Amino acid sequence: MSAVRKAVVVGTLRKSQMKEQLVKGKRLDGRDLLQQRNLSIELGVIEKASGSARVRLGDTEIVAGAKVETGRPFPDTPDQGLLIVTAEVLPIASAYAEPGPPNEEAIELARVSDRGIRESGMLDFSKLMIKKGEHVYSVFVDVAVLNDDGGLFDAASYAIVSALSTATRPNTELAEDGSLIVSDDTSDLDVKTLPIATTFAKIHGKIVFDPNTEEQAMMEARLTLVTDSEGKFVAGQKGGSGVFTYDEMKELARISAERGIEIRKAIRDTIDNGSQKT
Amino acid sequence: MKTALLNADKIRLDGRKLDELRPVKIEVGVIKNADGSARIEFGKNKIMAAVYGPKEVHPKHLTKPDRAIVKCRYHMTPFSTDTRKNPSFSRREIEISKVIRQALEPAIILEDYPRSSIEVYMEVLQSDGGSRCAALSAASVALADAGINMRDLVAGCAAGKIGGEIVLDIDDTEDKEGEADMPTGIMPSLGLVTLFQLDGNLSASEFQKTFDLAVNGCMKVYQIQREALMNKYFGQSEPMQESNE
Repeated sequence: MSAVRKAVVVGTLRKSQMKEQLVKGKRLDGRDLLQQRNLSIELGVIEKASGSARVRLGDTEIVAGAKVETGRPFPDTPDQGLLIVTAEVLPIASAYAEPGPPNEEAIELARVSDRGIRESGMLDFSKLMIKKGEHVYSVFVDVAVLNDDGGLFDAASYAIVSALSTATRPNTELAEDGSLIVSDDTSDLDVKTLPIATTFAKIHGKIVFDPNTEEQAMMEARLTLVTDSEGKFVAGQKGGSGVFTYDEMKELARISAERGIEIRKAIRDTIDNGSQKT
Repeated sequence: MKTALLNADKIRLDGRKLDELRPVKIEVGVIKNADGSARIEFGKNKIMAAVYGPKEVHPKHLTKPDRAIVKCRYHMTPFSTDTRKNPSFSRREIEISKVIRQALEPAIILEDYPRSSIEVYMEVLQSDGGSRCAALSAASVALADAGINMRDLVAGCAAGKIGGEIVLDIDDTEDKEGEADMPTGIMPSLGLVTLFQLDGNLSASEFQKTFDLAVNGCMKVYQIQREALMNKYFGQSEPMQESNE
């Protein structure tokens, strides 16, 4: 398979082709406006992680790894476990990704992913306390983008949900002197709800779902909305240097909730079957 | 130990009604050296915004041949929070700087300033919840004060959910203990959304209601922004005209 150079700067010809297609309700890769690319999920791809998943969304490929360790709580939340989310677009992921500390895009990706987990109540942090003010579970979720063809918020959320749903935590025991004994056996990390991100882009005034890199380069604005298993909105983020009308905002909320249900079901099935693909 | 954020009469901890904005005060042209500046007090938030430019782009390779670039920095001073904030730039500040930049860019007529940069600096001297919306509102006034060509002002205000009720303009305590926060920024005359974030827990109908309320709050902030600019440039405020002549 020859590599197609995915350009961040889109040529004039491509631009006008894209515009022509969008007017007809189609996209350059043949999709309908609100059609998602093929999604596949593999579970447990990293044995050393407490939970992990590889997600392919079209040509985008992401691995999320969760590590559940024991540690000390933050002073202002002595009775709650910790969650730390990071994201990196690795230099292997595209011609435009550079080595070095996360840039603002990667930081935004990590922070929006963090909000999805935290605000949905996916993890019950009070249950992740072992001894108040002393010992808690720390949940680290690290997202690595291996190939970037757009839709990173969505693909990351699917990878995170899959990784945490299949993650375990080490069992612990408190010794008489108050120190913590970490056992070799594990229990499931209890997950309450599945927060699913859906991202829309506005290109030439048309709304498309699940934009790829080329479409992102052309988009005026982007909206990501995250819904939980009850269909509630738990996180949101507008991006890009363009605008949405009030009506578009409300319409996208409706579509996001709808699509969230389908995607959540596909991910749920994968997790329940422990199977390789959706 | 949760404090009740609303009393039996649905009055909030600071005495506000559900759809009431905190007191907002904007002053224009407060930093002598800047090309444009504004100071906003939004409840206990105290934020200074300054604009430098249009000016030459540094580093040079960032130059766009056909338009200006916007640089934006939202920063909190170490003394602005309850416990001292580390003065170095946090991930939160990087994210907020980005969303504010992308909220201002649609309003600025960038094509009018090719090969230049417009720099927007926001310093939070005291924070009290909703500081990104307040900073955005001040920055947009500072841009206007700098005489930068704009399509519209950008007004920011959050709405959210506390104690099961949808409320306007979440403050610090309500943000920490409440159920949802939806910072929103709009171009008020054009009716377009330029900043939108959400964290919390809202049903579909609550989402719509919260969004409408946030837009409403932005319109109130817009009124105050206009008055502030009128005050500086015409020595008086004029009532807002609903329709064009």
